[in-house]
Amino acid sequence: MALQTTPSQTAGPFLHIGLLWPDGPTVVADDDPAAIVLTGRITDGAGEAVADALVETWQADADGRFASAEDPRGPATGGFRGWGRCSTDADGGWRIVTVKPGPVPGPGGTTQAPHLDCTIHARGLLRQLLTRIYFADEAAANAADPVLADLPDERRATLLASPVGRRYELDINLQGDRATVFFDA
Amino acid sequence: MTDTRIVPGYRREAGDPALATPEYGSTRHRAPDRPLVVLPHTLTEVTGPAFGEDRVTAADADLTRRHAGEPLGERIIVHGRVVDSDGRAVPDTLVEVWQANAAGRYAHEADHHDAPLDPDFTGAGRCLTDGDGRYRFTTIRPGAYPWRNHHNAWRPAHIHFSVFGRAFVQRLITQMYFPGDPLFGQDPIFNAVRDERARQAMISSFDLDETVPEWALAFHFDIVLRGRDAVAFEDPADGDEH
Repeated sequence: MALQTTPSQTAGPFLHIGLLWPDGPTVVADDDPAAIVLTGRITDGAGEAVADALVETWQADADGRFASAEDPRGPATGGFRGWGRCSTDADGGWRIVTVKPGPVPGPGGTTQAPHLDCTIHARGLLRQLLTRIYFADEAAANAADPVLADLPDERRATLLASPVGRRYELDINLQGDRATVFFDA
Repeated sequence: MTDTRIVPGYRREAGDPALATPEYGSTRHRAPDRPLVVLPHTLTEVTGPAFGEDRVTAADADLTRRHAGEPLGERIIVHGRVVDSDGRAVPDTLVEVWQANAAGRYAHEADHHDAPLDPDFTGAGRCLTDGDGRYRFTTIRPGAYPWRNHHNAWRPAHIHFSVFGRAFVQRLITQMYFPGDPLFGQDPIFNAVRDERARQAMISSFDLDETVPEWALAFHFDIVLRGRDAVAFEDPADGDEH
């Protein structure tokens, strides 16, 4: 019989004590020529900034390979760590400096469009929220993505980060008409 | 030949609290109000970060030695293993902890509880599990503290744990509680876990064997992450007549 898993509990409002790393938000250096900046704000159902959240991102490198022994193709060798973490500021703002991931093999011989998995932990969240960040300027790849394909048209856009120079902007709404798609993973 | 695009996922195991738990007031505007969308576990979900190897030192696991003096309170050892629900050890994974001091006060600007800060205690620790999934911290037993969720609300003493695991879908943030806490019954965060067996999995056990004479009590807390789905083998001989 399987062991009982340890249940999730909220990270609470004081997560900064234990979870901040100075270079958490910089998956690559700010001045890396390949760097992109992902930014946005997190807003709750009352329209208030979520100022005490933790955002984490996990992604493939530019070649679509993961820095993980669990990648059956073998771990990526380029030294890209693939993981970012930042806390939100007083305006609910978050910012991760990274590279744009390459396409990644998907189920059933499909190819997934460039994307990051993104989790949110905060007071009031009894378990992590998981969403994905895609790129609005990857229209052809997005159209063939098996995860995006399963979403209703009107909700797909909640996962698409908009390019503004080397920045990509994506706001995350926890509730309401414009609520971000969150996954049961 | 193995098709590397076919990766076993992780079991969606029971026991986690519902996001919408009205007794915990902060969920009201934060818990998603639309159904979650089921996500198949792809390469992105079954891989995960290996962070901390070149950054964590043995000193990071002793929360009582981070300042000039020794913190006040009851010195304790908290140890256990990180395994998956099939009992497989999760080695070399980052475990991060944070907690209130012995008086029930966090070293955090947003904590306004009228209890003393301890200049010798920050309440943050980290370590990597060893090859057998074991971790061990030395710390101070945290105090209970009041919060404003409901009238006369008090959080049971707890230590926050963050664990990576092998796969991003194994990522876990939880709280470790202490056995026999009288505050369990009125705590909506603890009781958001509805299943009794699952709640028990958040409570450490007193460990006399690991208690160090004349020095510190020990508590044992195993962390069980989700297990892997059975691998679906595609046997080319299937359907053949023998």
